[in-house]
Amino acid sequence: MATLAGPLARRTASPALQFLGRLFGEKPLGAIGGIVFLLFLFCGIFADLLAPHGANQISPINRLKPPSWAFPFGTDNLGRDVLSRCIYGAQLSVIIGFCAAGLATGISVVIGILTGYLGGKVDLITQRFVDAWQSFPDLVVLIVVVSVVGPGMAQITVTLGLLLGIAGSRIIRSAVISVRENMYVHAAQSIGASTGRILWRHVLPNVLAPIVVLFTTRVGAVILIESALSFLGLGVPPPAPTWGGMLSGSGRAFMFHGPWLALAPGLCLTVVVYAINVFGDALRDLFDPRMRGSG
Amino acid sequence: MQAYIVRRLLALIPALFFASVIVFVTVRLIPGSVIDLMLSQNDISADKLSREQLVSALGFDKPIWEQYARWMGGILLSGDFGRSLWHNTPVAELLLARLPVTFELGLMALAVALAVAIPIGAYSAMRQDTAGDYIGRSFSILMLAVPSFWMGTMVMVFPSIWWGWSPEVKFVAFRQDPLHNLSQMILPAVILGTSLSAVTMRLTRTMMLEVLRQDYIRTAWAKGLSESLVVARHALRNALIPVVTLIGLQAPLLIGGAVIMEQIFVIPGMGLLLLDAVNQRDYPIITGVFLIVGVAVMLINLLVDLSYGVLDPKVRYR
Repeated sequence: MATLAGPLARRTASPALQFLGRLFGEKPLGAIGGIVFLLFLFCGIFADLLAPHGANQISPINRLKPPSWAFPFGTDNLGRDVLSRCIYGAQLSVIIGFCAAGLATGISVVIGILTGYLGGKVDLITQRFVDAWQSFPDLVVLIVVVSVVGPGMAQITVTLGLLLGIAGSRIIRSAVISVRENMYVHAAQSIGASTGRILWRHVLPNVLAPIVVLFTTRVGAVILIESALSFLGLGVPPPAPTWGGMLSGSGRAFMFHGPWLALAPGLCLTVVVYAINVFGDALRDLFDPRMRGSG
Repeated sequence: MQAYIVRRLLALIPALFFASVIVFVTVRLIPGSVIDLMLSQNDISADKLSREQLVSALGFDKPIWEQYARWMGGILLSGDFGRSLWHNTPVAELLLARLPVTFELGLMALAVALAVAIPIGAYSAMRQDTAGDYIGRSFSILMLAVPSFWMGTMVMVFPSIWWGWSPEVKFVAFRQDPLHNLSQMILPAVILGTSLSAVTMRLTRTMMLEVLRQDYIRTAWAKGLSESLVVARHALRNALIPVVTLIGLQAPLLIGGAVIMEQIFVIPGMGLLLLDAVNQRDYPIITGVFLIVGVAVMLINLLVDLSYGVLDPKVRYR
């Protein structure tokens, strides 16, 4: 009886809880990454409540103060609190990261599902286009595009979404191609289900796992590229507190007097991207062991 | 083999055509057109006449398809990429001067990346689940997350504070003084290379794990070969084929990273040329850099495909 009780008992737990259990049990590092990621999200959403000072609150008597109890990450050349700027920076990164990664994933899914399922000429032409697209470095394309559309949050979000969306369509496409040959898809075809219905009811639910993983890793990628753009002075324009921007521009000259200025934003970036990567890896391993180690 | 190369080269043409049209058109949409910028910077009163003169002198009064045809024709027939809108220098000359610098930086970074990634990746696989393996893997995941511009910034700031040392800002060309040049390039190359090594390291490890379980590896062990021979001659050679593909896929990342390193270390390569051109809306330079970068990446990928034949005798080109 004991052998029967196991699987029966497990079936009563909700799938989400079951998944969380597996995440914490099998991938503790990934689970920690997920928690850090959520904390960062929380910081971004409630930045207005959490930040002790305003992002651009200037305080001339507190210029270039080293880290202390009053200013845990120190202050910059204008007396702005670096901790507060980092928290508001998280807000910017969250918004751009989620919006651009969402847009990118959406584009990848539409292109990937259509070309993967339909195949044939559409697929061939689209794939050649994606090939050509991938020959151009993301950063170089972004520099050129941002110089055309101008720096700003909306422009960067849309550009990054398009850029990563087209490149990511490959991953969804290959997942769709393997799903396409499954018996249930052939069954649906044979009872005369419309293409739209097959894609929506049969293909999409079965490629959800790679979609979730793609989205997670894209959030990390977007945050890194956005900060690199801000670093080059082509991101969301100052005085917006972007992490990349805090490492460049006027702050740079003052780092030699206040090295803490160089530490905090970079540390935030590294921790967040590290957490997202570890979390994404764990998700991928749990969803589909065959994808392990790829990418 | 030759037929294969020719066909691959021909296949580049449509891709480059699309890319060149797109970049040519989009770059001309830059708001705050170069005309306004020039007028404001030269203190010319922006009256109608001088503005029109400037427009026609720069060739902007022609329809856009004619501008494109002239530009493309110039490139194809005489290697003429046009002239800088600001200092009238031929763009081809600028590209020729800057290209070797970025190429050198990229090559050095690639060498660093491989020198770091392959030994650590192979070691990680050979000693799977030991402390060494965990250290190597943690290092690689960490390197994926550390932005190279942050590493570059820290290298600029902290040695200067602690020891009063900072990288030189005045660039010395390789031809002038090779050793001096290399000593300047090594730092950005190491930073760029280590940040690129992460993915290569992970792939090397995965492939080695797979190869090490193959029958021919067991045969090699059974023959009594030493570990170094088994790994170097039998395992690594088979494991590295996908790694070579990855190098091709990473070429765009390498160039993107070079732009950042050139900015931090003030190295006069293609990246700095592009950033300056974007700030000055110097269209011919922007389109020129973009096109050259695209061609470079496509050629690198062709070379990668050809190198399979050297690494893997089973591959035949048809």
